[in-house]
Amino acid sequence: MSLRVFIPRDAGAVAVGADEVAIAFEATAAKRGIALEIVRTGSRGLYWLEPMVEVATAKGRVAFGPMTTADVAAVADAMIADGPHLLRRGVAEDIPWLKRQTRLTFARCGVIDPSSVDDYRAHGGYKGFERALTLGADGILADVTTSGLRGRGGAGFPTGIKWKTVAQTSAERKYIVCNADEGDSGTFADRMIMEGDPFVVIEGMTIAGVAVGATKGYIYIRSEYPHAVVAMNEAIKAARKAGYLGSRIGDSAHDFDLEVRVGAGAYVCGEETSLLESLEGRRGIVRAKPPLPAHKGLFGKPTVINNVLSFAAIPFILAGGAKAYAEFGMGRSRGTMPIQLAGNISRGGLFETAFGITLGELIDDVGGGTLSGRPVRAVQVGGPLGAYFPRALFDTPFDYEAFASRDGLIGHGGIVVFDDTVDMAKQARFAMEFCAVESCGKCTPCRIGSTRGVETIDKIRSGERVAENIAVVEDLCNTMKFGSLCALGGFTPYPVMSALKHFREDFGPAPTRLQGAE
Amino acid sequence: MKSASEAWDAARGAEIIAEHAGLEGATLVILHALQEAFRYVPQPAIPMVADALNLSRAEVHGAFTFYHDFRHAPAGRHVLKLCRAEACQAAGGDALAARAEAKLGIALGHTTADEHVTLEPIYCLGLCATAPSAMLDGRIVGRLDEARLDALVAEAQR
Repeated sequence: MSLRVFIPRDAGAVAVGADEVAIAFEATAAKRGIALEIVRTGSRGLYWLEPMVEVATAKGRVAFGPMTTADVAAVADAMIADGPHLLRRGVAEDIPWLKRQTRLTFARCGVIDPSSVDDYRAHGGYKGFERALTLGADGILADVTTSGLRGRGGAGFPTGIKWKTVAQTSAERKYIVCNADEGDSGTFADRMIMEGDPFVVIEGMTIAGVAVGATKGYIYIRSEYPHAVVAMNEAIKAARKAGYLGSRIGDSAHDFDLEVRVGAGAYVCGEETSLLESLEGRRGIVRAKPPLPAHKGLFGKPTVINNVLSFAAIPFILAGGAKAYAEFGMGRSRGTMPIQLAGNISRGGLFETAFGITLGELIDDVGGGTLSGRPVRAVQVGGPLGAYFPRALFDTPFDYEAFASRDGLIGHGGIVVFDDTVDMAKQARFAMEFCAVESCGKCTPCRIGSTRGVETIDKIRSGERVAENIAVVEDLCNTMKFGSLCALGGFTPYPVMSALKHFREDFGPAPTRLQGAE
Repeated sequence: MKSASEAWDAARGAEIIAEHAGLEGATLVILHALQEAFRYVPQPAIPMVADALNLSRAEVHGAFTFYHDFRHAPAGRHVLKLCRAEACQAAGGDALAARAEAKLGIALGHTTADEHVTLEPIYCLGLCATAPSAMLDGRIVGRLDEARLDALVAEAQR
C-alpha cells in the first residue's frame, strides 16, 4: 500500500498547522507500514479549508480539510480505504468554490511542487517563453496589448503600453522590476503565487526582459513575507540550473537573470518610485513623475515595473492565450482578477474570476457572509486606501471603472469584510493614522494632512463641535486627494470619505447643516 | 528558538559589509545582514557602511532610520508581532492586542523589563483569510483566539 499525499507549504496553511499535519502523516504512515510520499505544494487558496490535504487517486486528487493533527489517523484510513470521512471534500477540482472560478493565472497554484522546474513544465510552464522567443519583441508586445492586461497592482495602467515605452527607449542597460511589496491588508495573492507557483513570475519577468531588451531583473519582496522570499530564491536557483536564467536563456541569444531584494517594513515602498529608491539603497521617498520609470527608472535606466500578478498573467497570454484572455471580463477590464476574500468572512480565500462579478455575489454567495454569523455592515475593497462600501452598494460589479464611478477602487483585489460591531469612525481614524505613520514625508498634504486628520477625527469622536470638524475632515481629504504626490496621501481620503458618507451615524449625531450638501 | 546573536565586533561587521558591498544599491542588504548577525544595527556600523559604499554617513543614517524593520537596540529574547491591519481588526484583532498588552504589562512597541519579550505591531502578514494572525520569532500563527494567543505569550515568556 502506498499513498501520495499533497500538503501545502504556503504560509497561510502553515500558520494554521500544515507542518504539524505533515509530521503526523509521516508518523501515521510509519506506524501503519505504509509507503508515503508527501509533496509540499502551494495553496489552492481555499483558506477556509486549510490545512487542506489531498491524496492521489484514480479519480483525481481527493481533498480533506480543514485538518488538525487529531484527524490525521482517521483521514489516512479513509484515504487507504477510499472511504468516507467528515472532512472529505471530494475531488479538489470539483469543490464548487474552486469549480466556479476561472483559473488562468493561478491554474497551477496548489497543484504543483513549487520547487520543481520539471513539474512546472509538465503543467504547461515555459510554453509562453518558448513562443515568445519565436515571436520576438514586436510579437510579444502585440500579444500583451491584445490581451488588454492592465497593471494588477492597483493603478490598472495598460501593461502593453508600459512595455512598449521601455522597448522604444534606447539605453545600454534596462531593468525589469517586480513589485512584490504587497502591503495592503486583505491581499495575499502575490504571496500565494510566489509560494505556490514562483516559476510563473520568473517566466513572466523573463518574457518582459526579452520584449524590452533588459538583462537584469529584481523582485522586491516585503520582509513580512519570509516564506515567499525562500520560495522565490529556491525557484530562481532551479531556473538558473535548468538554463532559464543566466546567459543564453533557453538556448536563445538572450541573457536574463534575477535577484530577490527584501524590503524593510515601509508600506510606501509599494508605490513604484518609492520602491525604486529603496532598491537603490535609499530612503523610500516617492519620486515626482515625470520622468516615468519607463524612461528613467532603476538607477536612472529604462525600467518595466509591474506587480507580481501582472507578470504572472503573462505566460498564459504568451502561450497563445492573448485573445482568450481578452474575451474574459467587462468594459475596459479584461481578463481575470484574483480576488481575495478576507477579514470576518466565512469562506475566505483566493477567488480568481473574470471581471464583472458583483460585490454581493462575492461576499454572500462565494464568501458565505461573516464568520461571526453577524450581519455584514461594511466591506473595504482595495486595501487600506480603498473605500468602505455598505450593503447598498453590493450590486457594484468588480471592474476598475464601476468602482471608480462609486468613489471606490479595486486596487489589488482585496476585500475585507466587517460585521455590525465595527465602529466606522474608528476605521476612518485608523486610515489617517496609518497614513501618518507610513507617509514618506515628501509632500505636505500627506505628511501633515494625515496627522491633522487623526486629531480632527478624535475631536469628532469625543463629540467636540461635530459638524464643524466633519467639514474640516472633508476639506482635509479634498486637499490630500488632489495635492498629494502619490496614492498614499491621495487615496487615504477614500476610506475616510466613504466612512463619512455611508456610515455618518458613527460620527456623532447627524449634523443638520451638512445634510443638504450630500 | 531564537538563534544566538553575536556581540558587536567591528572586524565581524566589516566582514559582513564586505560580503555585500559589491551589489547594486547594497545599503538595505547590508543593514539586514548586520541586524541578522547582531539583532540590531549597531551605531558604529553606520560610518563603516558609508565608507564601503562611498556614501555619506547621512545617507546611510537616513536609510537606516527610514525603515521600521531596523532596530537601534537589541530586541528582547523573543519577538511577538501581532498583525494590526484591517483584516485582522475585522476578525477581533483589537481585543487580542489589548489582551497581549495586559498579559505582558507593556504596550505594543515595547520590551518587557526582564528583556524576555518584545511586543510589536505588524501591518499585514498576508494571512488575511485566516485572521487574526501573529508571528513569534519568525513562526507564523493564524486563526488566533484567546487560547492560542495565551499559549504564544506563555511561550515567549519562557
